[in-house]
Amino acid sequence: MIKLEHLYKSFEDKEVLKDINAVFNDGEVNLIIGQSGSGKTVLMKNIVGLFEPTKGRIFYDDRDFSAMSKKEKIFLRREMGMIFQSAALFDSMNVLDNVMFPLDMFSDMPYEDRKKRALECLARVNLQGAENKFPGEISGGMQKRVAIARAIVLEPKYLFCDEPNSGLDPKTSIVIDELISGITHEDKITTVVNTHDMNSVMGIGENITFICEGRAAWQGSNKEIMDADNKALDEFIFASDILRQAKQLHDQQKNNKL
Amino acid sequence: MLLIGKGLTQLGRYLQLMGRVFSQPDRWRMFMKQYVTEMFQLGYNSIPIVLIISFFIGAVICLQIKLNIQSAWMPRMVVGYTTREIMLLEFSSSIMCLILAGKVGSNIASEIGTMRITQQIDALDIMGVNSANYLILPKIVGLMTIMPILVTFSVCSGIIGAYATTLIGATYVSELNEGFRYDFNQWFFWCGMIKAIFYAFVITSVSSYKGYTVEGGSVEVGKASTDAVVHSSILVLFSDVFLTNILT
Repeated sequence: MIKLEHLYKSFEDKEVLKDINAVFNDGEVNLIIGQSGSGKTVLMKNIVGLFEPTKGRIFYDDRDFSAMSKKEKIFLRREMGMIFQSAALFDSMNVLDNVMFPLDMFSDMPYEDRKKRALECLARVNLQGAENKFPGEISGGMQKRVAIARAIVLEPKYLFCDEPNSGLDPKTSIVIDELISGITHEDKITTVVNTHDMNSVMGIGENITFICEGRAAWQGSNKEIMDADNKALDEFIFASDILRQAKQLHDQQKNNKL
Repeated sequence: MLLIGKGLTQLGRYLQLMGRVFSQPDRWRMFMKQYVTEMFQLGYNSIPIVLIISFFIGAVICLQIKLNIQSAWMPRMVVGYTTREIMLLEFSSSIMCLILAGKVGSNIASEIGTMRITQQIDALDIMGVNSANYLILPKIVGLMTIMPILVTFSVCSGIIGAYATTLIGATYVSELNEGFRYDFNQWFFWCGMIKAIFYAFVITSVSSYKGYTVEGGSVEVGKASTDAVVHSSILVLFSDVFLTNILT
């Protein structure tokens, strides 16, 4: 479980995050949603330690991340996996070497075992046969799947995904969402996904935190989001015609039942 | 005043980065792998340009001295002697490093800068890898290791270039032989080596710093690459003055 307590982050005199309180549960897909520029990415960078919060505390299973020394933070990071918006694969390495990299750095396993483990992870994301290709030779969706394989190769306790569906077509986005959700439930990982993809919100959002103007404006599940009483959330979620109609239908059905 | 403040800030950030670079590698096996790769990429791949430039510069120095310095009042061996001393003391160390600052410096800054803007460095940090140490230390140690070999190749190629002038009848083998052997001071060779190793550190560390601290997009990477070449070239020339004064 990851817990945020009164988290603030400022850049010079601009306050980007304001008193964020949130809990991200174990074995669940926790989504951080919000408009572009609302502070989602800054929040995630604070959680993983790429930024230092101005104020507030972050707990990883009751371990206070904010109070840790640099060395302790480095060790904790070895329990994290992260999938970046751009996949962030190492250009100079092929797919297999990319996935093997965390094992090469932190595992004492012999080469054959490391390779076997990396191939297992590639099979898990349906990328058998692509191990000798370089990142520049594969599609965006495949790159994201390689990034997932690399993120899970060390069996992390916490998985972070920064807009994993960015730049992908809807069908591939669903594949990526299902992979993330499947891995989270099978491995009991605490997964935090940063997204503004409504398909992800409705499909895999078990615990959703809505960020609006740097504040955590709403927290709940995808089942509760239809009935949420929050104007900013409604405007954000139901901005498209299809979702607005779905909402109207949902409200009608609810009124009929009453 | 503002310029001094900015310079001191840059120096402080550079020293902080070097503090992270010169720490124990997370995994020696990975360091050695990177070290060999960097020696190949930065050093081995530079051998052709070093050989070509040194060959022609050696030939041109020889011709210039023959045409402008040698006279009836000068001994015949002055052509070979002066060519050898220029190659050993300045060209193969300082000027060759200036050329390498262009090739290697821009390569390093753009490679690391691109890794920065595509979040590859963030990915390393999230994994708990000391990204500065993993990316920069092998480059610094790699080029410092291979630099003496490049200097040796440069001196040899320059001397071959000087001999090549005999083919167009500009000089004679006998006068070059005599000059190249005359009053050889071994220390001059070691001076060139020491200077080149120091410049290798300057080029790799400054270029890595420029690349590592890039913020923005491709335009900033291009600017960092240019800055890397300009700053490392100026630092090479600046330190040349002091090293020459100290060593010779």
